[in-house]
Amino acid sequence: MNFVALQMLLGDRAKYLGLIFAIAFSSFLMSHQSSIFAGVLDRTTSQIKDVHDANIWVMDRYTQYFDEVKALTDSDVYRVRGVSGIQWAVPLFKGEPRAKGPDGTFRVVILLGLDDSTLVGAPRDLVLGSIDSLREPDSIIVDRGGYEFFFPGQPLSLGRTLEMNDHRVKIAGICNSSAPFTNFPIFYTRYSQAITYVGRERNMMSFVLAKPAPGVSDAEACRRISAATGLRAETGREFSWRTIWYYIHHTGIPVNFGITIAIALVVGTVVAGQTFYIFTIENLKQFGALKAIGVTNARIVGMILLQATLVGAIGFALGIGGTAAFFEITKQNLDLRGFHLLWQIAAGTGATVMLIVILASLLSVRKVLVLEPAVVFRG
Amino acid sequence: MSTIIDRNAAVACSRVTKHFGEGENRVEVLRGVDLTIPLGEMTLLVGPSGCGKTTMLSVIAGLLDRSGGELNVLGRDLAELSGSQAVMFRRKNLGFVFQQFNLLPSLTAAENASVPLLAAGVKKKEAVDQARALLDELGLGPRAHAFPNQLSGGQQQRVALARALVHDPRLVVCDEPTSALDHETGQVVMQLLTRIAVKPGRAVVVVTHDSRVFGFADRIAHMDDGRIQTVSEQPSAFNQKLEAVS
Repeated sequence: MNFVALQMLLGDRAKYLGLIFAIAFSSFLMSHQSSIFAGVLDRTTSQIKDVHDANIWVMDRYTQYFDEVKALTDSDVYRVRGVSGIQWAVPLFKGEPRAKGPDGTFRVVILLGLDDSTLVGAPRDLVLGSIDSLREPDSIIVDRGGYEFFFPGQPLSLGRTLEMNDHRVKIAGICNSSAPFTNFPIFYTRYSQAITYVGRERNMMSFVLAKPAPGVSDAEACRRISAATGLRAETGREFSWRTIWYYIHHTGIPVNFGITIAIALVVGTVVAGQTFYIFTIENLKQFGALKAIGVTNARIVGMILLQATLVGAIGFALGIGGTAAFFEITKQNLDLRGFHLLWQIAAGTGATVMLIVILASLLSVRKVLVLEPAVVFRG
Repeated sequence: MSTIIDRNAAVACSRVTKHFGEGENRVEVLRGVDLTIPLGEMTLLVGPSGCGKTTMLSVIAGLLDRSGGELNVLGRDLAELSGSQAVMFRRKNLGFVFQQFNLLPSLTAAENASVPLLAAGVKKKEAVDQARALLDELGLGPRAHAFPNQLSGGQQQRVALARALVHDPRLVVCDEPTSALDHETGQVVMQLLTRIAVKPGRAVVVVTHDSRVFGFADRIAHMDDGRIQTVSEQPSAFNQKLEAVS
């Protein structure tokens, strides 16, 4: 009877396509918006994730997230170094000065000042130049997004200059970096230079980056630093999640995306459910005839579920394919980089589509189950 | 337990009643029907609209439960069967021909005719081959691949007839099989029904308004006001043929 069920479904081309479209639309919207949401939140942690050398971030104990920090005193780095079980600790500066291009265009940039001697936290993925070039005077490494903002349409080349706080800086390297939340250009330079490019405050050190000694776990090292210095010490992963939760709790981002995803869910369920219900109602006489002929209720439920599963699977495949295609097409766009379809979102969308399909089927199944087969004798 | 067991009767009913609704809304549709439908014959159930013919047919076919009385169909009291047993009983023993054909529009004629076999678990190819052979017998072989909307009303009813007979049921119930057809096509369908469906060991019950098909019946039961008023017997084409052979 599976053959009969599929022929019934495929035979009504308009409703079949309508069902697939509704589920594909819903799948696309849910997976696309969820991916953008996850991508936006992931961007808030880009500069944390881009530091690969250090396991531990030390900061003021009241720091809520990466983008808003209270400077530490210069001595804090020595206090962290003095904690037992810490292999090394270096300062990291993070500021947002304004940079000006040769044609006068300007923009706020994310400036990261790296420890002068070790350059811990330097970018790994360099397109041009080398990390060691940061040791040259007034040199910076700029990310591709920043380079293309200040020198649009021009080939990537080193030696070009920008201006920050009346200082001339020279581009000594161009790197790929994770897209920042604000889409600002990212500049890397030495700590001693970075603090001259921003307005001077008494304390300038944003973070201390540290690495535990061999045999000391990250968690243990964090506990020891906190106990010894009174500062907050977290692994990069913990600090990333703290930052993400800050944005979830204190911005409208989750509400906005949540509404869109909820609309996709409701529209998908209602349209698919209604279309499937109408499809069943229009076939009620046929179902009645099948029941009269001797097809059991269980078999008819199986037929309806098969029909629903088929449209669900095709709709889901089209929707999720559309989302994947969108991110594949836009991945080269610097402004949209970093957004991609996570397998967890694909799986979650699949589970939600299954829920939509079950809800859509239930009404139809009920209608058929209560159908008196004698209805076929009423002309 | 039914007490009326007649081995030559496909259907034997005694004082069968059926009502719908309760209290002020209660409607008595069957008011004590006594009827015997013998095997090897075609019995017409005729009468004015609203007299209870279709309800009686539904009760005989096990699609509706009777409210009272005794009913024996092919040796079984359907009231004693569970829901799933009743479905299995219908699947194995009954064939249906409906007024509006009720063919599945997305299946070909052969596929439509094979549905009872598919429902019984027969493999698709085997079922369709069997259905095609029967359609050949009904003169529809060349149209076996056509969809219902590509067939005339008479052709569709012949497909419905094939669907009713493909699993070789012992009781065929037909609800107004000619009312959606013109006179000539109706006659063709009834001739086929007489020639193919009626045979020893099988009974055919036809509910009809169409007096022009009365000549095909072996027995005509006249219903009115929820009761059988008269039953008249007449030699049908099939019986005449049987007598000639013997």
